[in-house]
Amino acid sequence: MGRKAKFDETKKVKKGPGRKARKQHDPVFKKSLTQNDDESKKLSHRQKQRAARRIKKKTNLSEKRKLLKQAKDNVAKSTEVKLQEEINEDSGNEETKGFTDDNKEWLKPKKKGNTQNGNKTESDDDSTEDDNELGDASDDEQDNSDEDQDNASIEKYKIGTLDDLFEDSDKENADQSSESESESKNSKNESYNSDSDEEQTDEDENDDMLPIEKANIKLKKKQKLDKKLADEEMQLNIAKQDVFAFPDEETLQNPTSLQDVHQRIKDVVTVLSDFSRLKEEGKSRCEYTDLLLKDLCMYYSYNEFLMEVLMQIFPVQELVEFLESSEVSRPVTIRTNSLKTRRRDLAQALINRGVNLDPVGKWSKVGLVIYSSTVPIGATPEYLAGHYILQGASSFLPVMALAPQENERILDMCAAPGGKASHIAAIMKNTGALFANDANKERTKAIVGNFHRLGVVNAVICNYDGRQFPDVIKGFDRVLLDAPCTGTGVIAKDPSVKTTKDQKDIQRCFNLQRQLLLAAIDCCNAKSSTGGYIVYSTCSILPEENEWVVNYALKRRNVKLVPTGLDFGTEGFVKYRHHRFHPSLKQTRRFYPHTHNMDGFFVAKLKKFSNAIPESVKDEDDVECDNGNTEHLKENGDLETKSDVSSPELKVKLPTKRSADTQDVPLPKKKNKTKQNSGSLGAVSSSPNNVKSTTGTNKKKRKNKKKKNVVETSNSTQNHNLNESDNKKGTVPKKKKNKIKKDLSSSMPEEVKKAETVRLPSAVPKAKVTKSRKKYPRWYES
Amino acid sequence: MKVLSEERTRLLFEKLTKYIGANVKLLIDRPDGIYCFREKKDRVYYISERLLQLAQTVKPENLVSAGTCFGKFTKTNKFRLHITALTYIAPYAPFKIWLKPSAEQQFLYGHHVIKSGLGRITENTPKHQGVVIHTMSDIPIGFGVAARTTAECRQADPLATIAFHQADIGEYIRSEDTLT
Repeated sequence: MGRKAKFDETKKVKKGPGRKARKQHDPVFKKSLTQNDDESKKLSHRQKQRAARRIKKKTNLSEKRKLLKQAKDNVAKSTEVKLQEEINEDSGNEETKGFTDDNKEWLKPKKKGNTQNGNKTESDDDSTEDDNELGDASDDEQDNSDEDQDNASIEKYKIGTLDDLFEDSDKENADQSSESESESKNSKNESYNSDSDEEQTDEDENDDMLPIEKANIKLKKKQKLDKKLADEEMQLNIAKQDVFAFPDEETLQNPTSLQDVHQRIKDVVTVLSDFSRLKEEGKSRCEYTDLLLKDLCMYYSYNEFLMEVLMQIFPVQELVEFLESSEVSRPVTIRTNSLKTRRRDLAQALINRGVNLDPVGKWSKVGLVIYSSTVPIGATPEYLAGHYILQGASSFLPVMALAPQENERILDMCAAPGGKASHIAAIMKNTGALFANDANKERTKAIVGNFHRLGVVNAVICNYDGRQFPDVIKGFDRVLLDAPCTGTGVIAKDPSVKTTKDQKDIQRCFNLQRQLLLAAIDCCNAKSSTGGYIVYSTCSILPEENEWVVNYALKRRNVKLVPTGLDFGTEGFVKYRHHRFHPSLKQTRRFYPHTHNMDGFFVAKLKKFSNAIPESVKDEDDVECDNGNTEHLKENGDLETKSDVSSPELKVKLPTKRSADTQDVPLPKKKNKTKQNSGSLGAVSSSPNNVKSTTGTNKKKRKNKKKKNVVETSNSTQNHNLNESDNKKGTVPKKKKNKIKKDLSSSMPEEVKKAETVRLPSAVPKAKVTKSRKKYPRWYES
Repeated sequence: MKVLSEERTRLLFEKLTKYIGANVKLLIDRPDGIYCFREKKDRVYYISERLLQLAQTVKPENLVSAGTCFGKFTKTNKFRLHITALTYIAPYAPFKIWLKPSAEQQFLYGHHVIKSGLGRITENTPKHQGVVIHTMSDIPIGFGVAARTTAECRQADPLATIAFHQADIGEYIRSEDTLT
């Protein structure tokens, strides 16, 4: 409102001279003019290096020359002495001085031989020199190592490995030096054989290098490099050696600061990355991972359970990345409502309002990333007029995978707040029919608001528990199920996930997800000419809620996995801990915050190929599932009895269940109990007499009652009810049951067994368990 | 979802006529199928026949909304148009008011349109005519009733009310719960 005074720092300061202020450029002179002769040019870095090298070469050369001269002098002296001795021996009186005409005949070859000798000695000298140098180097190294050892001994480091390393390096050096020696000798000999004459003629000048010198320099360089590398390696080793110190109990119990913990996490991760080399003697990998787990829990404030699960999903290095990126929130993204505007126009309008934005990527034609904004992005006139909706980038994916077509009938089972559903409507261009369902009545209001704002007119918004939906309406061309989940992929959005989730929550979630997915598959029409697709997505990264759920559905319904049509994302797991999923689960897609910079997400696309529901199979999946259910049962077993009555449609659809109606006679009593028990919940308790007298009216009453707390009960009731519909608890013959029991008990952990024993005579414990109904928390709200 | 009574249909169409005049019949006779008005809990929904059939499979207590909500009948049996009807009203409205960018925000908070915020106005707007309010970039942001004719507007002082506020798109945020 009012003036648009821009007081904040995002105000753009004009750069440059401005459009109209045309300035003359600075004049450009010729190079020759600008160069100043008397001024010496500054040398570049490389030039300096070269110069230094040149000087070094020269000094080396001069040294060499000196040595050569010395050697020659020595040789000359020795030959003189020798000659004299010989002469003395031969004749004794003859005095010959050096080279004369008399002795030139025999002196010449001798001289040559001498020079060769000299060369030999010289080369020997050289080599010895080399050796010396080498020795020095190795000595140095050894010195270093000694020092290191000292240091190590002071700091109580493990030194065995270090010593080994040095020995190795020494050996290597020695080998190399010997090799190079021989090489250099050869080369020297050769060179001298050929070039000796030249040398004789002009010793003093000679700026160009002799091959031997070249070789020498080369060798030295090599040695230097080796030494440097060795030093570096040593340093590295020492640095890594630091990691080693496995903290003792005291330090663990008295954590000093988060920085230390962070450092320790880093250290442990490096140790784990090269465990066999860096581990501390006597420590197992387990101890390291335990330490890491505790540290991560402390540093990122997760509960241990969730961290353990995450550690099983990611390798340690990736885990840290994941945790790190889970701390920072993802960039705000918006989706253009293609029903009302185009992305280009919207971007222009928003830029005019002072929003800094960019397209979200090549994969989406409707997404925009908001980097910064001077106006609240959720309250601009464009937003209110429905030109865009705030939506995470990951939320585009399931709809893109669903690929809705015009004039189709599509269901979004868990639609609130309507972001994905409105995306579907936008892709369908408001044709066909879109059912947006959500179990939470409050949240359906958000769908209504968003749909009207975005101008979606082809939608029916309803409020059912998703598991009941096949009873309401079937035959959809496509179904999107964005199931409620633990939200481990969106920890940045809701950090409470870190501490609140435990095994039970996950179990509840995936039980619900399985039932929802089966319901979604049942809603879909396999004979649809254009569709027959189901897309399952969650914002969780736990395989329990993703691959396992899909795997479960693959076994139970006539569906197969098809490629999602998303060209990025990582493949779904085929193996996870002890689970071996169907190989086609590779076609599902996972998205992580640290690799794709969007919320953690999972997308699977299923194609239904037959509307028939195959015979139920009982396998290890069921065990877990039942295990989860037993907990529900224990908590609210009575609900099942209610659901028997309260959902007559279900019964009609499943005629086999009729046989269970034989139990109807004793049932009312149980229900009575329930009612009395649940009286505190505000339900109307009717007199038992009435109940006994006319079951018909009773049913009606119960129906009414059910309506009242439909939200509370239906969710959890159907939970079990639908699940059990395959098993037909009442009708399963005892033999079969026993068999199942055996099968199960043979392959189950103890807890499960216990639970199973409670559960398996499933029709029985209804009454027993009723009491615990009050305890049952309302865990499933959305 | 029930068919509107004779009386209520009349009220509804009277109200709509205030805003879109004779274009009302365009809402009924559409080339892309038959559309109809249905009533649920005093709220009036505008929905295509095809979608209606599908929507009727949903139990009334579970049905939240279907098609587009146009408005509701008050307890005193008057029809009140909701902002959600803007999708259909805006394109058909013959009389419009455009707001200056500075006045947009004010209107979106539920204020009337004053002269100083008036950008443009349709010629020959009569008094008490239903008008759709647009931004200068032609985005419909609400509707109201003209307080003055176009001619009167010319002479009005800067703070004089030009149009009375009835509904604006800010309600999507301000009163999301009561939209339907």
